[in-house]
Formats: sequence, structure tokens, C-alpha cells
Amino acid sequence: MELYRSHVLVCGGTGCSSSGSANLIERFEQQLKEKGLENEVKVVRTGCFGLCEAGPVVIVYPEGTFYSRVKVDDVDEIVSEHLLKGRKVQRLIYVDHKTKESSAQKSLAEIGFYKQQQRVALRNCGVIDPENIDEYIAFDGYRALAKALTEMTPEQVIKEVLDSGLRGRGGAGFPTGKKWQFARASKAEQKYFVCNADEGDPGAFMDRSLLEGDPHAILEAMAIGGYAIGASEGWIYVRAEYPIAVKRLEKAIAQARDYGLLGENIFDTGFNFDIHIRLGAGAFVCGEETALMASIEGRRGEPKPKPPFPAVKGLFESPTNINNVETLGNIAQIILKGADWFKSIGTPASTGTKVFALGGKINNTGLVEIPMGTPLRTIIEDIGGGIPNGKKFKAVQTGGPSGGCIPASLLDIPVEYDTLTSVGAMMGSGGMIVMDEDNCMVDIARFFLDFTVDESCGKCTPCRVGTRRMLEILQRITEGKGEEGDIEKLEELAESIKSSALCGLGQTAPNPVLSTIKFFRDEYEAHIREKRCPAHHCQALLNYVITDKCRGCTACARKCPVGCISGELKGQHVIDTSKCIKCGTCIATCKFGAIIKE
Amino acid sequence: MKSLADLEAIRKRTLENINMRKDEDAARVVIGMATCGIAAGARPVMLAFMDEIKKRNLQHVTVSQTGCVGMCRYEPMLDVILPGQEKVTYIHVKPEMVPRIVAEHIVNGHPVTEYTIGAAED
Repeated sequence: MELYRSHVLVCGGTGCSSSGSANLIERFEQQLKEKGLENEVKVVRTGCFGLCEAGPVVIVYPEGTFYSRVKVDDVDEIVSEHLLKGRKVQRLIYVDHKTKESSAQKSLAEIGFYKQQQRVALRNCGVIDPENIDEYIAFDGYRALAKALTEMTPEQVIKEVLDSGLRGRGGAGFPTGKKWQFARASKAEQKYFVCNADEGDPGAFMDRSLLEGDPHAILEAMAIGGYAIGASEGWIYVRAEYPIAVKRLEKAIAQARDYGLLGENIFDTGFNFDIHIRLGAGAFVCGEETALMASIEGRRGEPKPKPPFPAVKGLFESPTNINNVETLGNIAQIILKGADWFKSIGTPASTGTKVFALGGKINNTGLVEIPMGTPLRTIIEDIGGGIPNGKKFKAVQTGGPSGGCIPASLLDIPVEYDTLTSVGAMMGSGGMIVMDEDNCMVDIARFFLDFTVDESCGKCTPCRVGTRRMLEILQRITEGKGEEGDIEKLEELAESIKSSALCGLGQTAPNPVLSTIKFFRDEYEAHIREKRCPAHHCQALLNYVITDKCRGCTACARKCPVGCISGELKGQHVIDTSKCIKCGTCIATCKFGAIIKE
Repeated sequence: MKSLADLEAIRKRTLENINMRKDEDAARVVIGMATCGIAAGARPVMLAFMDEIKKRNLQHVTVSQTGCVGMCRYEPMLDVILPGQEKVTYIHVKPEMVPRIVAEHIVNGHPVTEYTIGAAED
């Protein structure tokens, strides 16, 4: 391998790829060649840096210069100025939203977005070339597997994971070591180790980024887990909608087999382990473990009652252990650095870190990894950079369709499994959707329920029929046809669905409704009693009104497609609300800001 | 791959190439590569550093460039910055001076005083 004086890291995650990072790489290579620098400067396609908001992102080492929103036309300047002459291209250097500080004089770790983060699962994302196994090995890759196989018994491996306090990152938070213990205790000739990469929560993309940015970390963890529970075969169930992740996994598996890190007699210890990939077709319910296994077996993706638990009778009727991608992302580090190190991060009941996908009304959309116990406020205000356009923070939704909304009054609670559950939300897989004053909480509840109604597999009645009835009530409320008693009816339905649905999907589906009722009951009541949407969001409950700022220019009257605006030239105009279709054309037309929604 | 030693060999081999991406304390060689520096012959000097680092298999050394510092008459100039120490500025550097700077300063920690800017201004 050649020695290069400089490395240009271009993000090849899904976010930056869709804003054109592949063309950047091509242009860099072509320009470097033209300037005769191709033997001095190396271009590397990495995984996600996390700051998707600023994508496509390019980092130039050894200086660690962080360029954001780089376009193909900017590449020539970076090459001729920075790489040839050593002058950083100031106008492209990332500037912090909140502090307005340029990252020019700082190392990457000191930018507001990264300062409070601690990367364990994402440690290699955006640092290594995910398609090059050597780079993974250079940063201690597969050393944990070697250590486990040559120095530890399976029981010791399980004990280390158990002692670390690691809990499942898929959402439920079950202790990983316990799961492994159960699977180890089952006696069978064939056992399976499954990786659940069927990430389905709206707005969540941490598993995708981890698979794209560091696929070998998942393979290594699966091999360690296979050794621990006594399985020789692993399956990764990943959504077909993640093409980059699938491609990199396939490449990684081939490279690992080539090096003998997967296959037979790994590290000459007699341990055999190989991994297969199964593509999911994108059904949300297939993230539920029993439905997932049915889907791998080629059957319809429907859940089964538990027990029997997968650890007893799982995939192909054999004992099976299933872990989420991010959970596995922590395993190698725990084996290498020890349970005590892992426990030193986070809180006693929630050890380690958690990755969140920040989205919605927030400045720094992207992927963040924080120690457990970090206050929500730090995530939203410091790392996320606050709410755009000077709007007010209203609530944050965690846990996707199974989770709940946390209002501004609870912003100082620490982010850990039990605290989030106690306020009616949940950790979930890590989607974090931020909402500002313009979001209607009734409509948010309706949105998530709409999602679960769509994704319900239909096997059990509470979920199939119950959630649909709830959705109908919510729809009525947002259309201004709510009735007294609707809230109570929603609560009653929610409780019976929670206690009687077959799987996690149905049992948690009412959560978004319950938590919005709990914290924003007044919004529900305003919709039902006053036929008013406090956030001015629900179209059916809005009226367009022209205020006395009107100068009588007639522009709106001429543009109105239904002709419901009347008024004399230079006189106050009026909207006939009975004819108005609420299309918003008048607001867009008015130069004086005289038309408002109320 | 059959042993930890095999793994370690790959790790070592690759690490020296990608070490610069870790936020660790590394010795830094910063070469002035503005028009004046390039005209005075900074590129061959930089390449000589690259060669020397590779030959000696040095880890934790990075070579980077900077613009004009304003003392064009001393070009090619460069700074060597060891972790936790003041930077040392070398002037009128020629490729044949590079092995000594690497050996005495970067590896052993003793600046080559006669090449530094201090020597010229005395």
C-alpha cells in the first residue's frame, strides 16, 4: 500500500450519496490526476459522518478540515488551493449554526455538533473506508473476535456482555447478555445467530448508517455472538430499501471469508461461522422477531405468540438469538476494552451510548451518538443546534410509532430507558423527531396511527380493527367533527389494544395517542369543543382572514381560483369563508402580509 | 489468516497509512506551499519527507501544507511541530537536508539548529 500525505474523505452514506457525493469522488480523482497528485493524495469513500444537514461532507486529513455542502464545481478549487498549495478554501468550511463559529481553527471533535458526542457504535463511521477490510483491521478490527476465540470461553464472553449492562438497542432494552445466556442454555445441534437490520421507524436511520459505514463491525460481533451461544450460522435480515448497506455487507462478507475470518476453523480454533443475508421487502412488522424469522424461512411475515421464545425455538425451529444492528455495534468494543469500561459510560441502569437519528424541525439534521443519561435539552439545543427560523420548541417524538411525545416541560430529563418509559415515551430504536409550534399534536398522533394501521399484518383483531377505529376517531377530530367523549373513547380503546394485541406492533401502537393526550389534552379539547387547531395546522379547522393591513391592491382577488375575495380598489378586502378552499394562493400573493390563518 | 500475528501484521501495515485520521498527537511537518514556496522548490522537499517517512516506517508523523507566511526570502520553509512542544521553523530547506531533520529532530527530538530560522537571524 502506498503512503499518502493527505487523505480526502468523502461521505458515501445514503444522505450524502443522494446529494451527489459519488460525482464528487469521480471529480476529485480526475482533478488529482490532472495536477499530478494522485500518488500523494488518496480519496476515500467513507460511511456517514452524522452531520447529514451539511452534506455532502468532505474532510481533508491530516489537517482535518471539514468542508460542507460541497458541489462538483467546488472540487477544482479544493484540489488546486488546498491540496496543491495548502490554502484551505474558507468559504466551504463548515460553520456552526448556533455559535456562528467556523470550524477552520478547530479540530473536528470541538465543533458544537460533535463536542458532546461519544462514539462507540459509530466509532469507525466516517473514518474508515467501509469497503476495505484492512482499514477495519487497522483500527483494531477482528481483534475482539481473536481474543474471544483464543483467550475466552463462551461463558466468559457472555459474562463480559452481561456485566457490561448492554441492553438491546432495537427499542425494548432487554439485557443482551441475558438473551445470549438463554440461547446458550438451549441444547440443540444447530443454533442460529440473527442480526435484525429491518429498521422501520419513520425517520430512523442509525442502523443503515452503521451497516454502510462499518459493516465489518457487525460481522465480527455476530461471529463473537455465534461463538458465545454455540451457533455456526448467522443471518442478517436487512431491508431491500437499503441498497448501499446491502452492497457493502455483501462485499464485507466476501472479504471476511477470503481472510478466513468467516468460514471454517476461524483462527485455527475449530470454530466455524458463516453469515447469510436475507432481504426484507419492507414490511414494518418484520422487525418483530417472530415475524422476522418467519420471513427468513420464506413464510408470510406474521408474528407468533411467545413463548416459545426464539432462544428455545426460533429460526427453522432451532434455538436462535436475535440482536439489533446497533447492539452488535458495541460488542467488539466491550470484548476488547472490558465490561467496566463500558459501564463507566452512561448511567447505572442504561450503560454505554445511544445513537439517535435527529430529524424534523431541527437545525443539525443527522446522526448523533451520546452517552446514556445526557439531558434531552443537550441533544436538541447543543448538538442539534436548536429549532430553525426562530420558532419555539414544542415536543420531541422518540420511539417512532411505538413511542411518545415529550413536551418542553420535560426537556431536562436524562435520556435513558427507564426515564423515557416513565414519561410515556420510549427509547425505541432511536428516531428523534423534533416538533415546533406549527405542529399539531392531534395530527402527529393521527400520522403515526395511520402508519401502524397501514403496517398492521392483520393477524390479530385488536391491532387490525382496534387501531383502525382509533384512526377514524382521530381523523374526525382533525376534520372538526370531534364529539364530546372522543378522548375517553380513544383512551379506552388504547388500553384494550395494549393489553390484548399479539405482538409489539399492536401493543405499542396506541402510545403516540396516549402520550399526546397526556401532555397536550388541551389541543384535543380545542379541536373537539372549539373546532379550533391551536397550531393552525389542521386545514379543515382554519379560516383565512384579511386583516386591516390590507391596502386594497386587489392582487389576491385576481389570483383567487374560486373568486371568493371581494373588495373595492384601495379598500379593505374580505374572504367569503363559505366558498374558500384554503389553497393558500392569497397568502402567497399578498405583499403586505395582511392575510392570516386562524 | 490463522493467528493473531497475521491480524497484527495487516493492522500494522494499514495503520501507518491511515493513522492521520485518528485525532491523536502526531508530529507534524508543515511546509509552505504558496507560489513563493513552490517556486523556491518546496515540492521536492515535501516529497523527500514523504520518502523518508516511508523508508523509516514512521507512524504518527503527518506532512501537510500551508500558505505563505510572509518571509518569502527564506523559502522553502517548513515547521516541525512535535506534540507538546514549540514549533521549530526551518528555512532554505533542500531535499538533501531532509534525512537529517527526520533523524535528529522528528525521531530523536533534537532540532537541527543550524538549519533553523534562529541560526539565520543571529
